[in-house]
Amino acid sequence: MEILMAFVIGILFTCATYLMLSKSILRIIIGTGLLSHGAHLLLLTMGGLKKGAVPLLTEEAASYVDPLPQALILTAIVISFGVTAFLLVLAYRAYQELGTDDMERLKGNDVNE
Amino acid sequence: MSSLHWAVFAPFLLAIFVPTFYKRFRSIHTGWLILGLPILLFVYFLQFISITKGGNTFTASATWIPSLEIGIDFYVDGLGLLFALLITGIGSLVILYSIYYLSKEKEKLNQFYVYLLLFMGAMLGVVLSDNLIVLYMFWEFTSLSSFLLIGYWNDRDRSRYGAQKSLLITVLGGLGMFGGFIILSFMGGTFSIRELVAQSDTLINHPLFIPALLLVLLGAFTKSAQFPFHIWLPGAMEAPTPVSAYLHSATMVKAGIYLVARLSPVFAESGVWLWVVSVVGLVTLFWGSFTAVKQTDLKSLLAYSTVSQLGLIMSLLGLGAAALHYEDLDDNIYMAATVAAIFHLINHATFKGSLFMAAGIVDHETGTRDIRKLGGLMPFMPITFTITVIGGFSMAGLPPFNGFLSKEMFFTGMIHTLQLDIFNMETWGLLFPVVAWVASVFTFIYSMILVFKTFTGKAQLEKLEKKPHEAPIGMLISPVILVSLVIIFGFFPNLLSSTLIEPAVASIQPTLTSHDFHVHISFWHGWTTELWMTIGVVILGTLLTLTLTKWIPIYKVFPEKYTLNKVYDGILSLLDQWTNQLNKKVITGSIRSYLIYIFSFFFLILVYALFIKDAFHIDLTNLAPIGIYELVLVLAMVIGAISIIFAKSRLTSIIILGAVGYTVSLFFVLFRAPDLALTQLVIETISVALFLLCFYHLPKLASRSEERITFRLNNALVSIGVGIVVTLVALSAHSQKLFNPISDYYLENAYKEAGGKNVVNVILVDFRGMDTMFEIAVLGIAALGIFAMIRLRLTRRNKES
Repeated sequence: MEILMAFVIGILFTCATYLMLSKSILRIIIGTGLLSHGAHLLLLTMGGLKKGAVPLLTEEAASYVDPLPQALILTAIVISFGVTAFLLVLAYRAYQELGTDDMERLKGNDVNE
Repeated sequence: MSSLHWAVFAPFLLAIFVPTFYKRFRSIHTGWLILGLPILLFVYFLQFISITKGGNTFTASATWIPSLEIGIDFYVDGLGLLFALLITGIGSLVILYSIYYLSKEKEKLNQFYVYLLLFMGAMLGVVLSDNLIVLYMFWEFTSLSSFLLIGYWNDRDRSRYGAQKSLLITVLGGLGMFGGFIILSFMGGTFSIRELVAQSDTLINHPLFIPALLLVLLGAFTKSAQFPFHIWLPGAMEAPTPVSAYLHSATMVKAGIYLVARLSPVFAESGVWLWVVSVVGLVTLFWGSFTAVKQTDLKSLLAYSTVSQLGLIMSLLGLGAAALHYEDLDDNIYMAATVAAIFHLINHATFKGSLFMAAGIVDHETGTRDIRKLGGLMPFMPITFTITVIGGFSMAGLPPFNGFLSKEMFFTGMIHTLQLDIFNMETWGLLFPVVAWVASVFTFIYSMILVFKTFTGKAQLEKLEKKPHEAPIGMLISPVILVSLVIIFGFFPNLLSSTLIEPAVASIQPTLTSHDFHVHISFWHGWTTELWMTIGVVILGTLLTLTLTKWIPIYKVFPEKYTLNKVYDGILSLLDQWTNQLNKKVITGSIRSYLIYIFSFFFLILVYALFIKDAFHIDLTNLAPIGIYELVLVLAMVIGAISIIFAKSRLTSIIILGAVGYTVSLFFVLFRAPDLALTQLVIETISVALFLLCFYHLPKLASRSEERITFRLNNALVSIGVGIVVTLVALSAHSQKLFNPISDYYLENAYKEAGGKNVVNVILVDFRGMDTMFEIAVLGIAALGIFAMIRLRLTRRNKES
């Protein structure tokens, strides 16, 4: 399963990178969303998959899955949500003020052209 | 702090007060307030003669950075004292001259004297420092103050150009020299010059010996305007004439000479030193004298002549190194070269200083320095003429002036190379006296041009801005003192020999102090080969000077395009162009290209690391089984991720992203992570809602066309590369578990210590609560930021108002 997950994560990263290299802001932000999914799954996979019960002590199982990566991922999810939300509003405002979502057209005017 | 420290730092201290003096006493020329200091210092340094004469040195140290063994250690020996006397002596004369040269009303005298004092202090520091780092510090101080002085008239283009050029070249060399010093101190384990000299016989076997040697020489050559770094010196002639006389003839350009002389005991055992120093010196000597002839500006002519004379001294110092290889000889003839170098150094300072001052007087009293406009000034300016004649004849090497003696000694040194049988000298040695002789002929020619074209012939008064007349007496005092010295040293050279030259030579060649070398200085009579050479120089030189108009077109053979100045300008503009082009190519302003750089680098560095460290392993044991649910979810996720790329409308891609997010939360369910599944579900929902809010409900903009991502091979390759690397790293990392996780502790103690049964939540708020606190902070900041972005509309308000 871990090997399969490694490939799935690789595909997620590929798609995310490809989207981030595109011109539209929306696609870039979608790319970052995919990238964070990939990263979260990577964290989980590296902690080991399916080696016991849910980490709730009421289960009273012989072994539990590793709780630490889960805590880390939870933190990461919340942070990436905050950043994504901020990015989205930023893009929305840029869209409103500048009238475009094309990154190539958002180049600064003061750059050597 | 000893009196020596006070002496070196006195100019710096005085410089602090100059602006106050300038403002407080406007009626007095600021120079008068400065003049006392160099005279005082000169007298102070004179008293050291009695110490150095006996071969002793005076040392003084003060701590600066003791943990790095950097102390402000000064010491006075023969060589240091000679330079200190030159600096303070000529410094006094130059300040006196500048009082009459620079107008009190028109010039920014406060700046001038501050720079000049900075320079004087820095120069004293260079010649008296024992610590290499301190020496380097003062060295850069001289570069900097010289830069300020050259650019003194900073409203002129040429001044700024000259100042920039001199700074670039001397700092280039200075940095090289700094590198050499660092290597040297690594080799010897000390920054002290004297301690390095003491271990010179072990240093030569060090593998870094040659790099250190070359780097130190780079510093010395750039500072002393040796070929091909001499180009800054003629450019520096834009400085006021007192500066040219002081910095660019007598003191700063001799800092490189000083460095070569000072470090000779360290490096001179090596054949590289002998060859590089003497050949570069000779080339400079020849090129400088050859180029000086075609100059039409008095100061440019003097600048090239300085270049050539510095080359002469440098070549003599190089050949003096040969003396170290014949320690067993009773009568060490190669010693003569070093003696000649020191003697000529003094002589050059006297006659070149006076010539610059004379040129300044001509400029000041006629309004031009162009030789083509000058002529026939003798009846108007008899004293200046006398000064120029004496200085010029001394420069040409004519008796009875001191230049004659040192030129004879120079020939002696060069002839002795014929007897050298080290480092291939026996095959190429003959070139040395020949080149030296030819260069002397050119020296004679330009000296004659300087004297006679300016002062004899027909006066062209209509071309001059002012009616020429003799300079005020105050302006003449300094050059008269200098030419008197030219004559005095010419008739009584032995005044100097035991007081200054012998101690100086002793410090350049400390291993040879037992030899009786003062004989060479007094031995200056007799019908020797050298005298015949001088006679030949005079005859051929006179002939060539008289027929100057016939052969001057020879200079047109070398087109202007190939001069070294053009090379320098070319290098600068090429650098400018290249960096500009590179900048334009790389810094495109497009986010996409930067991301490509970053991702490509990420790919390359990780693949390289995996490959070079042989880090890729795959371990198929200890894997979780793949069930049907997982397979379905994997398929759903892969299809979803890939189809986003091909989705045409934004809405579709947003929905698919949501689907992928929900799949992720299903994965969390499968992989026994209920908290994650819950959070992921909620957050994905809110995210999708936000996406929709931002992009679906936006008004249709004209530029907003729904289209597929245009396929680009570069992007595809880069992203596939990133994916592969991540997969490889994940596989490899999973296959190499180094130790067990620490989670057992959490599982055991979650209830015992923290009283909770949901281990993930206990970790979040108890074991690792700090993370959570700042994650809350992140959310808070994001919320505030969003609020601010939406509410704060400064541009619109500006437009309305």
